[in-house]
Amino acid sequence: MGIKRRVFLIGGAALIGGGLFAVSWSERAATRRAAKLVAMDKAGVFQTWIRIAEDDTVTIFSPHVDIGQGSLTGLAQMAADELDADWSKVVLESAPVNVAFANAPLAKGFGGELLPFSIPPFLQGITGSTFAMIARNIPLQVTGGSSTVRATGQTGMRVAGAAARIALIATAAKRLGVPEGELTTVNSKVIHAKSGRSLRYGELAADAAEMTLVAEPKLKEAGDYRFIGKPIPRLDIPPKVDGSARYGMDVQLPDLRVATIMAAPVRGGKLDSVDAAPAMAIKGVEKVVKLDNAVAVIATGYWQALTGLRALSPKFSDGGHGALSSASIAAAQAAKMETDKPDNKSGHGDVPAALAASGLKLVEAKYAVPFIHHAMMEPFALTAHFKDGKLQLWGGVQDPLHSRKAAAEAAEISTDHVTFHPMIMGGAFGRRLPGFCEIIGQVVQIAKQTPYPVKLIWSREEEVQHGTYRPQASAHLKAALDKDGRIAGWTTDYAQSQDATRETRFVYDIPAFALRHYQFATNQHDGAWRSVNSNQNGFYSESFMDELAYAAGEDPYEFRRKHLRPGSRHLAVLDDVAKRSGWGTPLSTGRGRGIAMVESFNTIVAHVIEASVGNDGRPHAHKVWSSVDCGRVVNPDGGAAQIMGGIIMALSSCVDESITLDKGAVLQSNFHDYPLLKLAEAPDVDVHFLESDASMGGLGEPGVPPTAPALANAIFAATGKRIRQLPFRGQAKG
Amino acid sequence: MAIDLQVNGKSFSIEADPDTPLLWVIREELRLTGTKFGCGIGACGACSVHVDGEITRSCRIPVGSVAGKSVTTIEGIAAPNGTLHPVQQAWIDAQVPQCGYCQSGQIMAAVALIKKTGRPSPAHVDEAMTNICRCGTYPRIRMAILAATGQAAAARADS
Repeated sequence: MGIKRRVFLIGGAALIGGGLFAVSWSERAATRRAAKLVAMDKAGVFQTWIRIAEDDTVTIFSPHVDIGQGSLTGLAQMAADELDADWSKVVLESAPVNVAFANAPLAKGFGGELLPFSIPPFLQGITGSTFAMIARNIPLQVTGGSSTVRATGQTGMRVAGAAARIALIATAAKRLGVPEGELTTVNSKVIHAKSGRSLRYGELAADAAEMTLVAEPKLKEAGDYRFIGKPIPRLDIPPKVDGSARYGMDVQLPDLRVATIMAAPVRGGKLDSVDAAPAMAIKGVEKVVKLDNAVAVIATGYWQALTGLRALSPKFSDGGHGALSSASIAAAQAAKMETDKPDNKSGHGDVPAALAASGLKLVEAKYAVPFIHHAMMEPFALTAHFKDGKLQLWGGVQDPLHSRKAAAEAAEISTDHVTFHPMIMGGAFGRRLPGFCEIIGQVVQIAKQTPYPVKLIWSREEEVQHGTYRPQASAHLKAALDKDGRIAGWTTDYAQSQDATRETRFVYDIPAFALRHYQFATNQHDGAWRSVNSNQNGFYSESFMDELAYAAGEDPYEFRRKHLRPGSRHLAVLDDVAKRSGWGTPLSTGRGRGIAMVESFNTIVAHVIEASVGNDGRPHAHKVWSSVDCGRVVNPDGGAAQIMGGIIMALSSCVDESITLDKGAVLQSNFHDYPLLKLAEAPDVDVHFLESDASMGGLGEPGVPPTAPALANAIFAATGKRIRQLPFRGQAKG
Repeated sequence: MAIDLQVNGKSFSIEADPDTPLLWVIREELRLTGTKFGCGIGACGACSVHVDGEITRSCRIPVGSVAGKSVTTIEGIAAPNGTLHPVQQAWIDAQVPQCGYCQSGQIMAAVALIKKTGRPSPAHVDEAMTNICRCGTYPRIRMAILAATGQAAAARADS
């Protein structure tokens, strides 16, 4: 059988994005390369994402990776629904790490600001500072920005599935000698009801894949969905309950060596000197590797490597950051906002004029948040092997395609000589986004020192102390209320390392609003922490909204209502959560309710939290109600899990978590001094989706931002104490 | 030195420094990678296994101290014919895992709790289930334990 028959190339098949993007030579070539990479006998490959085998198995190749979010099952649901596939024969695979599988809709969405494309409206929520940071790394196979389902699924998978279905029908019509209009599809079969004949997709796929696919196939109406909108069990879960799922940490190869590493405690510092002898004396240690800013030990196993590393007494410089502390950063940020002009701003109306009008009541408050750490449960682990001038890598990252390029650059070899094997990830939350995975450069340097494959494992201590944290930030908010208790104008000034002036949408309808950013960098490499800057911005504005309500003498829920447009989606979400939580009904002594609403990643989320404060000042969230409008929900069960998880991760962060710097170095080192919320303190979470026809929003992140302010507002309702600084622990002590 | 131990019903003789944590023997010598490394200080529970039936954080226990003892890992709790343990099945029914990395340890903790208490009360669950989950699956873990012990339908805790 010749290669042509094996590959089943689709001519002019580059219509990913539903015709949003023109068919181009490069995209055609990409599809051809992709088809080769996943080719099998007697199968048809449609787009780069769907392969139908002779036995009817439909394989969906996801350009995204599994970070635990469950959205890959959502992608399969979307493709299979438009395809009218037999769900029992749908399987999911990671797409090979190759530019041919780069995610065109997402690349264009992320890169919108930098590329000559306009940003489609459905992607506007995922652009912003983080994505400007990573946009330069396209082509992407990135997983982030709560974008998998709404971007790749909505404009990629559904279109691919629908176009493939049309090609299968056309092929069947030819074979049966009947008009296409007489054919229907169900469960991976094309059926001709009149004659009682049918053909399986597996019988048709090879020929169908030779056809030029329709660029803008008609998609199903919501009433015709068979899989979209259904709580279909996640395809990735069974191997996660029997220990068989393989993460980057679990890579096993013949002759595998293990390394572990210690970087300069002060970020920006360098390795001055280290005596290798104490490590070399440990049984199993094979080599001590000196890097520019770190020292690593290669051994036969992790424990041997760690024991060797701990035997060393490396000397590091502090890069001139030895005087930096969290307190000095907070003071400098506050001063900068008083003396400097903002570097970036957004908003509407004439705020200075609005605030200067007579007869207004002025309210102001200062807020602050610390650095916080992702604390993904699987510490970084990446395996690399140089052999015959070629480099192979195995591990979990949010953008394997970019990681392959970064590895090639670190190794100073061509990308063509680098193969990246993506593994599932034990959490990511933004930690493994492109540009933040310094482990890639480290493992490449270490792998050069041994002929064997080597797995570099970060200890938990390394993980905690060398994170790419959510930035430490300070904010100063001011607003004026008119005589009717309406907000006349509002400014939020904030100082941090990232510009978020275009990231978080201000949801209230007021005459004048300004968000002003003061650029303030430290020695830290600040990153994207689940929900990114909407996180701290949501805390400031929704806590302050509460303060304004009390200043106006009004109920916080009613006060918010009054500043939302009648008939708006925001008002519907707010009303829904208030109603379900019994807002306004009596509570037991010591308890209070807090409400907050934030729109992020194109999804509107409002929470009500019922909370109390212990005698030790520790806040306890007893129950959380959440109302969510993300447009249509592809998998309501998986979606609810994402909102629930976001809320619990956010509660953990706002109650307890804080990375503090002293003498330029991180003080915390493991879960004993960077504690995470445990089951006993996790509240019940009641999630409700308000479905709408609005463009689809994300779900991985938007549950996070309203959580801290809803809890702060509940603490105020319960105790009368307004907490303006994270984390909350201890601050509400009576 | 050679250390004899039983893992999932099989006997092994391991050449290892007796100070090596059991976790690394399980993962690197026996190649049973379902037991995870999370913190190395016994704080997160991702490495939980059973030693003579007791829940144990294997990153903090030297392999020398389990010589002659019986160790069970996540790979050893299904029935010999491959039927999942009821707790594993409850985990699937309640769609508990997200990233899944902590779930081997969570399941081992839940199995030990149920073995000890039969039908654990919510207070038992709060007290015994101290493993960390960063994805925030706790409400579903609670639901799955109740379902596995016939105390609730495997309905979702959050919908």
